[in-house]
Amino acid sequence: MLLIECPHCGPRNESEFHYGDQAHIARPEHNEGMSDQEWAEYVYLRENPKGLFRERWCHTAGCGRWFNAVRDTVSSRIMATYKTGEEAPIGADQEGGQL
Amino acid sequence: MRYSAFSLLRNTLSHHKNWPQMWDNPDPLPEYDVIIIGGGGHGLATAYYLASQHGITNVAVLEKAWIGGGNTGRNTTIVRSNYLWDESAKLYETALKLWENLSQELNYNVMFSQRGVMNLCHNVHDVRETKRRVNANRLNGIDSEFLDAQQVKEFCPAIDLRGGGRYPVMGASLQRRGGTARHDAVAWGYARGAAKRGVHIIQNCPVTGFDIEGGVIKGVQTAKGAIKAKRVGMVVAGHSSVLANMAGFKLPLHCRPLQALVSEPVKPAIDCVVMSNAVHAYISQSDKGELVIGAGTDAYCSYGQRGSMHNTEGTLAAICEMFPQFRRMKMLRAWGGIVDTCPDASPIIGHTPVKGLYINCGWGTGGFKATPGSGFVFADTIANERPHPLAEPFALSRFSTGYLIGEHGAAGVAH
Repeated sequence: MLLIECPHCGPRNESEFHYGDQAHIARPEHNEGMSDQEWAEYVYLRENPKGLFRERWCHTAGCGRWFNAVRDTVSSRIMATYKTGEEAPIGADQEGGQL
Repeated sequence: MRYSAFSLLRNTLSHHKNWPQMWDNPDPLPEYDVIIIGGGGHGLATAYYLASQHGITNVAVLEKAWIGGGNTGRNTTIVRSNYLWDESAKLYETALKLWENLSQELNYNVMFSQRGVMNLCHNVHDVRETKRRVNANRLNGIDSEFLDAQQVKEFCPAIDLRGGGRYPVMGASLQRRGGTARHDAVAWGYARGAAKRGVHIIQNCPVTGFDIEGGVIKGVQTAKGAIKAKRVGMVVAGHSSVLANMAGFKLPLHCRPLQALVSEPVKPAIDCVVMSNAVHAYISQSDKGELVIGAGTDAYCSYGQRGSMHNTEGTLAAICEMFPQFRRMKMLRAWGGIVDTCPDASPIIGHTPVKGLYINCGWGTGGFKATPGSGFVFADTIANERPHPLAEPFALSRFSTGYLIGEHGAAGVAH
């Protein structure tokens, strides 16, 4: 069971949360002329990285709000959690960082 | 050496000290006709069928650790073909037909046991969905039947139909030709058969990069140096996204830990495979007497080959409700494997954006049952440099054409 720090409520059990996969995927603007391939990239193609991953969680059984986390997908260690709309607090330049 | 009762007797006389090695551990050559990345069941089967069906024997199988040590050695060994859509039904049924003759074909006992696979229904919706799938199976010539609750009890007396009140059993689908097989033996049998025909099985040799010139594959970089090949097949399950990233493209995959566990061995108690899609629990008994139990996937992306405890707790709680006599059983081992799930719960087989690089991945939670069929169609795909007709609908391009093959219901585990 992961212990996840909700940025609004504090640390809670993983079973209170719902997973939302890759974060920071923006719906393409001006998409009238987009090809099927470009749509497929937006809808389906994902990083699925081995290492640090910026992902979404929803505190379903708590405040009900979505937020983002940076987690190592090998150790499952959560490096940071942050509110939706904010930049990831850990990036490629930090120690152990590889985004 | 051909295995037979006679060879067993002869080796018994020499106290089993003179059995020959089943395959060599050669150093890689500088170049091969075909390189298969991944020495699991699917990769070894691909190499075997390349050699046996297409006469392509200048083949190397590159395995990062030891053969069959990944998901091939971690699954719950269930084999069945009762998938909903025509495309999947044909693919999995091809595999099941190969399973039925595999021990003879390989001259290696894969202990394929057609003991029957039941998929339970716990509510009215399950019943409707299951009947639909049974009918679809029968239209595709796959043996499949619907059992009402009483027939379930007759087929598997160990089940408590009340399910502790939480998981009442209202019926089930049954595929009598389904069953289990010895997973290690499948990898070993294919490895032996491939090695005998000249395929090089190279273990402890992770691929670290691809040599691509102008969008065409030229070879791979490995821990044992560069190896050239004009055709490369990538069959690495949980690490497909990592390798695709090295080759410069993305895949629509999500890696999740899927857990399984075995109990202490007991006398025969359950002589079929029972799966419950709704509670993510499946159970069978191995020839050693251990209960083999499969749990659900964890929610999050992971490469850690282990999962959260609350998942297995939930599965065991459901098993105890349906089989009250197992309540006092002790679990001996639990482990996880990394499954590469696709958005439509169907595999990806065929071309990649890199010419000469072929992919076979995305089998998710249900790859073991498809091992022979997957290898068969993938070998044909690589040998003829075009998708095998059965593999054609499973192309990577289906995610841009929209031709998805949704098999979440038949896959048996929600993901």
